[in-house]
Amino acid sequence: MDLSVKLPGLNLKNPIIPASGCFGFGREFAELYDLSLLGGIAIKSATPAKRFGNPTPRVAETPKGMLNAIGLQNPGVDVIMKKELPWLAQFDTEIIANVAGACEEDYVEVVKKLNDNNVVKAYELNISCPNVKHGGIGLGTKPELAAKVTKMVKEVATKPVYVKLSPNVTDIVEIAKAVEAAGADGLVLINTLMGMRLDLRTGKPILANVTGGLSGPAIKPVAIRMVYQVSQAVNIPIIGVGGITCAEDVLEFLYAGASAVEVGMQNFVDPYCCVKIIEELPNVLDKYGIHSVEEAVGRSFK
Amino acid sequence: MKEENGIILSNEKIAKDTYRMEIAAGMANDMKPGQFVNVKIDGFMLRRPISISSIEDNKFVIVYKVVGDGTLELSKKTLNQKIDIFGPLGSFYPIHDDIEEVLLIGGGVGVPPLYELAKQCRKKNKEVNVVLGFNDKDSVFYEEEFKKLGCNLVVATMDGSYGVKGTVMDAIKEKNITCDYTYSCGPRPMLKAVESTYTKGYMSFESRMACGMGACMACVAKDKKEENMYHRICKEGPVFPIGKVEF
Repeated sequence: MDLSVKLPGLNLKNPIIPASGCFGFGREFAELYDLSLLGGIAIKSATPAKRFGNPTPRVAETPKGMLNAIGLQNPGVDVIMKKELPWLAQFDTEIIANVAGACEEDYVEVVKKLNDNNVVKAYELNISCPNVKHGGIGLGTKPELAAKVTKMVKEVATKPVYVKLSPNVTDIVEIAKAVEAAGADGLVLINTLMGMRLDLRTGKPILANVTGGLSGPAIKPVAIRMVYQVSQAVNIPIIGVGGITCAEDVLEFLYAGASAVEVGMQNFVDPYCCVKIIEELPNVLDKYGIHSVEEAVGRSFK
Repeated sequence: MKEENGIILSNEKIAKDTYRMEIAAGMANDMKPGQFVNVKIDGFMLRRPISISSIEDNKFVIVYKVVGDGTLELSKKTLNQKIDIFGPLGSFYPIHDDIEEVLLIGGGVGVPPLYELAKQCRKKNKEVNVVLGFNDKDSVFYEEEFKKLGCNLVVATMDGSYGVKGTVMDAIKEKNITCDYTYSCGPRPMLKAVESTYTKGYMSFESRMACGMGACMACVAKDKKEENMYHRICKEGPVFPIGKVEF
């Protein structure tokens, strides 16, 4: 069965992409399986300079999910270009560089540097991080801010730009449309939902950062709903993400309107999950009478 | 490291809230003292990192404390049931040929990984001093096991209900143990006390983890000396040379 998917800048042999932040730069998983089996890899966020991230504890378990507040720990774009990307070049898979920053100029700076790198095939803008210039508010929470950073990046980018949207908004469709109008080549839906947990003994937050992003199967219905709404409102492709654990979940995202998917937290539960999903996907598509990935996309509203 | 369905050979309570589980699994043959496995528990999302307590041919032992719903579920597992384990993970306690006498310091659930270490040190005919600290008499475990290996064992309890009253450091003082090459594992206040007294040896850390294999950056600790350098407890650790990481 044909699992391939063609998206701006990305020739995916299958629609399965480990999500940024859940896969590092692939080195640990390469000890377990051949990364060339993957459709693509969304690598750990790159910021202009090295970031240590938040104090620990950075994670907490929740029913059917987890909270994380890692804080974009990464070695900085220069080190990523020098050490990680040349290593990733050995694999036959599409590398998506996730880009983050504390202000719009950070995104532009990182993208400008990565433009010359031939390992990276597309950018994924993480606009959920707090923005220092706008009082800590996420760029992804206001249509005008999301559009502004998209436009600034598009002006310098030599590769397709996907924008990863925050679900912590009143109207995801409004943001998606604003980002599309600003020139985005695709969307990634959704980032984590903001949440928190308290320690019953101390009464205090478990995460040192107080709040964190909720991911895992708990958020899948939210992600499906947002992909469903947004895919009918825009004309650019969507990569769906949020709580995928199996091939059936992938099919649900395709039906909702996603053209490909990212798998996040499940990589921690089952480090082999991405290859298992890729193996299982043809059987699941076949079971429901679907002949290609493309055929399933948007079936819920077509 | 690999994922494997181990078979539970036994799962018994050995002290207050403390269980010993023996698991048959091929990965046992790759294990070293101080490493851990990431255990999947039915009905829970994140795996539980649990230190390896004893290693034999094709089987190994974990000793764990019931601290929440996940470990409570683990304690209910019975003989011949399968258990999804991922491992072995992390760094291990190096054993140096030129060190003839060692001091093992363990507190509570920090005691288990020291058992395999003691076993391997005794095999190399080292003099092994072991000081174990627990909250109370009901929490004490592995006393006989360490003695059987031929270790010089001292037990301390915080409430004085068994052995020396006080901390492991109080016990070391009272028994006048002078060996200064240490391997330790236990709660952070204990490790702090060890670090302020000793400069030689290794220390093992506990941390909240997600992936357990170095990918997610949940369990990082800063380097004590080098600014901007960090270590992953699950990958570069859990065992570090004394004084290496900030905690």
